[in-house]
Formats: sequence, C-alpha cells, structure tokens
Amino acid sequence: MAFKEINLNMGPQHPSTHGVLRLKLAVDNEVVLSVESIIGYLHRGMEKLWENLTYTQVVPLTDRLDYLASLSNNLGYVLAVEKLAGIEVPRRARYIRVVLAELQRLASHLAWLGFQANDIGAMSVLLYGFEARETILDVFEEYCGARLTIHGIRIGGVPHDLDAALAARIRKVLDGIPRRLADIRALLDDNRIWKQRTVGVGRIAADDAIAYGLTGPCLRACGAAWDMRKDVPYSSYDEFDFDVPLGRNGDVYDRYLVRLEEICQSIRIVRQALDGLPEGETSAKVPRVLKVAPAEVFHTIEAPKGILGFYIRSNGTDKPERVKMKSPSFINLQSVEHMCKGNLFSDVVGILGSLDIVLGEIDK
Amino acid sequence: MTPFVADVLIPVGKIVAVILYPMIMVVVMIWLERRVVALMQGRLGPNRVGFQGVLQPVADAVKLFFKEDIMQRQADAFLFNISPVLVMFSSLLAFCFVPLGEPIRIGTYTLTLWIAESPVGLLIILGLSSISVFGVIFGGWASNSKYPLMGALRSVVQVLSYEIPTGLTVLTVAFVARSMDLVEIVRRQEASGTWYGFLMPVSFIVFWISAVAETNRAPFDLPEAESELVAGYHTEYSGMKFAFFYMAEYAHMVLVSSLVVILFFGGWLPPFPSVKALAFLHAVPGFVWYLVKIMFFLYLYVWIRATLPRYRFDALIRLVWKWLIPLALVNFLVVALVRVLR
Repeated sequence: MAFKEINLNMGPQHPSTHGVLRLKLAVDNEVVLSVESIIGYLHRGMEKLWENLTYTQVVPLTDRLDYLASLSNNLGYVLAVEKLAGIEVPRRARYIRVVLAELQRLASHLAWLGFQANDIGAMSVLLYGFEARETILDVFEEYCGARLTIHGIRIGGVPHDLDAALAARIRKVLDGIPRRLADIRALLDDNRIWKQRTVGVGRIAADDAIAYGLTGPCLRACGAAWDMRKDVPYSSYDEFDFDVPLGRNGDVYDRYLVRLEEICQSIRIVRQALDGLPEGETSAKVPRVLKVAPAEVFHTIEAPKGILGFYIRSNGTDKPERVKMKSPSFINLQSVEHMCKGNLFSDVVGILGSLDIVLGEIDK
Repeated sequence: MTPFVADVLIPVGKIVAVILYPMIMVVVMIWLERRVVALMQGRLGPNRVGFQGVLQPVADAVKLFFKEDIMQRQADAFLFNISPVLVMFSSLLAFCFVPLGEPIRIGTYTLTLWIAESPVGLLIILGLSSISVFGVIFGGWASNSKYPLMGALRSVVQVLSYEIPTGLTVLTVAFVARSMDLVEIVRRQEASGTWYGFLMPVSFIVFWISAVAETNRAPFDLPEAESELVAGYHTEYSGMKFAFFYMAEYAHMVLVSSLVVILFFGGWLPPFPSVKALAFLHAVPGFVWYLVKIMFFLYLYVWIRATLPRYRFDALIRLVWKWLIPLALVNFLVVALVRVLR
C-alpha cells in the first residue's frame, strides 16, 4: 500500500496553533514535506488604527498585540515615542519599568513553558506554569488593577509608584518561582520522553537563524549572542548585572533550557532593580497634548519573544502619521518551514510551540 | 430456591449486573481521573454535582444523550454508525468472562460471580479487545476526514504492535497456571501461595506497559493526541456516539486492570495468605479485595497520565519492537524452560 502525499490543514481551529494560525501541511504518511503558514485571521488593522489616535491613546492598544506580554509592547512603543519627542524619563521610572518588564518576561516565559509542555503531552506542567504565572499577574493587579492587558507604562514614565509594600510582595513572588520551576524541571529535564521529543527536533543553525531574522530566545538557543538589553541597552538595563544564556544546538530542547535560564536571570534583574530603586519622580513632565515635530524614529527592545521594534513618523500634530511594528512572533514564524521539513507531523506542534508565537502580534 | 429464581431471576440479574458494573466503574473512573489529576495539578476539578462531584460524569453523559448527533455528508453512514457500537459491545461483552470473586453459597444454590466460565476465557477476552480495534479503524475511516484517518492508522499500528507482547506475557501465565480459564488461574495462585506478578515480574511489567498502550492512554495516547490530531479517530463524532467511544475507552481500562489483577495479583484473593497474624484479612469479602486492587491500577493510569509527556510515533514503535517484544520473548523462553525443568 503506497501512501500518497496528503494536504493537511492545521488550524485555524486547532488546539495547538496557539490562536488562529493556519498551517497548510503536505505530509507523506507522517513525514512533513512542506509547511505554509497562512495568517491574518486576527487582523484588526492596528497600524492603521493608530494613525487616527493621539500618541497617548495608542498605548492601551499595544496591549492587544502580544497579549501574553502586553507590558513589553507598551514599553517598546513608549520608548519609541519618547525618543521621537526627546523626553527624558526619570531614573526611578526607568527602574520601575525594568521591574515590570522583567516580571512580564517571567509571566510570558512561564506561560510558554506550560503551553510547550502541553503540546508535547505533559499536561500537568501547563498548570504548574500557570500557577507560577498567576502570582505575577497578582502583582500586576496590585500595581495597576489589570492582569492581562496591563497598560502599565505611560509616555514619560509609569502611572503609579512602586511602594515598599509592593516591593516586598514582588520579592515574595520571586522567592516562590524557583521552587515551582524546580518542580517542573524535575518532571521534564531528564525525562526520556521529553528529550526524545525535543532534543535534535526543529534544529536551525545560527547562520540560518540570522538569515531568517530569528530573534529572542530562539536565536540565542542556536548560540548566537544577541540581546538588546545587553548589546543596545535601553531603560537603564546597562546598570544591571545579568547573563545572556546561550544554547548550542538550536533545537527545541535548547530553546527550553534558554528560556528557563532567562527566567532565573530576570529574577536576578528584578532583585537588583528593587534593591537599587532610586528616589525621585515616577514620570517626566509631558504636555497633556503631545505634539511632535516632523521626524521619524525606530526603536527596538528585547521583548520576551524576541526583538520588538516600533517605527514612528510624526508630522507635527498630536497623532502619528505612520506607525510600523516589527513584531518578533511574525518574523520567528517565518522559519517554521525550515525547521519542520523532514520532521514528523507530531513535531510540528512541538516546534511551533517552541517558537513562542502569539497571533495577536503576528496579525496585528 | 424455586427453579424460577434459579433459572430466570438470577441469570437476568447477573446480566443486568454485568452491564451495570462496568458502567458504574466507568463513572467512578472518570470522576477519579478528573479529581485526582486536578489535585495533582493544584486544581479542584469537578466538585459541584453531587457529593464532591461524583455525579459529574453522569451529568456529562446525560448532556451527551441530548446533544445533536452530527454526521458529515461525506461519511460512510453504515460504518460510521456501527463503529461506536462495536467498540462498546466488545468492551462490555468481555466483562462476562471476568470473575469478580469466589462463588457464594446460598443454601443449596451456588451463586457464581461471573456469567460464563470458559476454559479459554483469557483467549476470548483478548479476542474481544482486538475487535474494538475494528471499531476504531472503521470510525476513523468512515469519517472520511484526515485527522480521524491519521488517528485510526496510528491506533491500528499501535494496538496491533502492542498485542504481541501482551499475548506473549499472557502465555507465560497460561504456562505456569496450565490453564486459560481465569477462575482456574486465580485458584492456582491461591494454591501456590504466590501471585504470578511476584513470580514473574518481567511478565507483569511488559503486560502493564502494553496494556496502557493498547488502551491508548498517556503516554501512549497518540491515536487521540489532542495537541496533534485534535481528538484522533473520534474527532467527527458527537453526542451519544462520542459518549460510546469515550465510555468504551474507560471500560477498556477497567477491563485491562481486571486482567492485570486476575493474571498477576491473585484476583479476589486477600494479600499475605501465608502470614498467620494477618488472617483477619480473609474476613473481608473477595470482591472488595478485587475492587481495591483494580482501583490501584486505575489510579496508576491516572498518575502516569498526569506525569509523563506523550511519546512520538517512531519512538513508540521502536519501544515495542526493539524492547518489549524481545524482552517478552526472552521472558517467555525462561519461563518455559523453568516450567519444563521443574
């Protein structure tokens, strides 16, 4: 009995495409011959929408891009606007931003850990990851009242001060995470099935990864050291001491290890920021109606999923003339075919999960 | 006892019981699984319907009864409809041959706790559980849809592969007990004073791994891997037909646990038969021991599911052909040699 090549439609309604992504797969029995990703099911016309809003009004909308790391989107956009308008942010505000952004990275990585494990069938890890993420969301709730779409950063600074009580609470949350992480690592790290499913799966060489424009933990898992926080520091990241974890093989297992290590490094950064929190204002003086002289700017930050960039062109009014977003998920997704080709159908799910994509950011 | 009671009422009662018993076990198992997995994952699980949510599976079944029964236009109606029945039927029928305990004497009448005692009971049960594969492949094939087809293909390869080590290990038990009669196998274990699970641990371990694979349970749940194949062979099923597949899977788990208990852990026998100080254990009815042992293995199923990730297809097949079958063969040879030399 000869098997024909069959076309398999994965998504947009499929449990493992992390939203409304559609993958058109050609499979020969279980071997993947080609992958075509079809996107746009969540397109909301964000970039066009922003042209009709004032600079300040755009910020809450950026929450809806990468909704698992909404605060990082805020930060990316706000930093670009500040660069454009030449606003100097007080040092205390910069530190609070670092605390929040790193907490957001923790939350995003923990959610990813759960999804990835669930894709590979270890369903308990999903709940353990979410349990840990929950404690961070509680911190966000206490800080600004929202949990998912936080809107925790404003142009010129941050909306609220970080008082001692909240700082103590954050420290408590940080103390709890390594213990939960140890539980998860005990379940997965040396698990034979987990390693069979991840080691050597979805490999990509560093050169190819750079050619595809892969960024974030996926790139660092190939051994290429490129972290905007270290290499092009923004928001006082140069004042903190942290390592950039690197992988070697660029497979799913290394992406897993890199993200786990990044969680530990983020905890380190937050602790340092809390210890060295300077006194001062939490926001710069920003005019109520922010009008920016014609100019253009491009600013990138290291979001949990990779390099997030915002290009903004102003025209002298209170609204941006054009905003273009370089979203990490969109670019990371492009390499999915390269990674999946020749692998088994089951691995597509694991590889897609390891890229850590969010459709809100891909479709915009 | 009047002939009417002995010849009509009791057989009818037993028939009802043999249908009800697996169903009740299925309900208990579904509840157990959901609650235990929830507790292992730091959740609560269903705890609203009835005491601690015990009636949740019943509520779900009732809901499924009233759901719209959808069949897509391109499906093959006959096969599509017959396959859930086939799966359910083969699981339930096998329970006729499962002895639940020592016969009970009521006056002159002996009430046996099984419907049929057959000299080849073991063979019949294995045969019936193989029939359920037909239900799976028909279901997946007749859906005329790609995900169910892939699930069905995976399922057939998996179940057929894992039946070989199952058969080989079952043979060792039949060898030692010199019988394929399940009641006789338990009696032999009683007479020898050693349960076969301790006598032949390799047989037990190989049988248990294969049994988990044959029931399509985690970590071998590839045919219905939700993150890959949505729901595998029963993706296109809804309503009561889906419920049949779902319940049959759990009934199959109960059946396999019963088999493990009977073949390797002395069925309804109380533990430590030779220890005098624990003689009071004999006062507990055999049926209770049997249930306790089954529940242990059902719990094991749940525990494994909450712990392990899913195998990939190639690794799964490699495991059975490169490890389990050679191991089962060697084990079979050793058992046969020991049996002949003694």
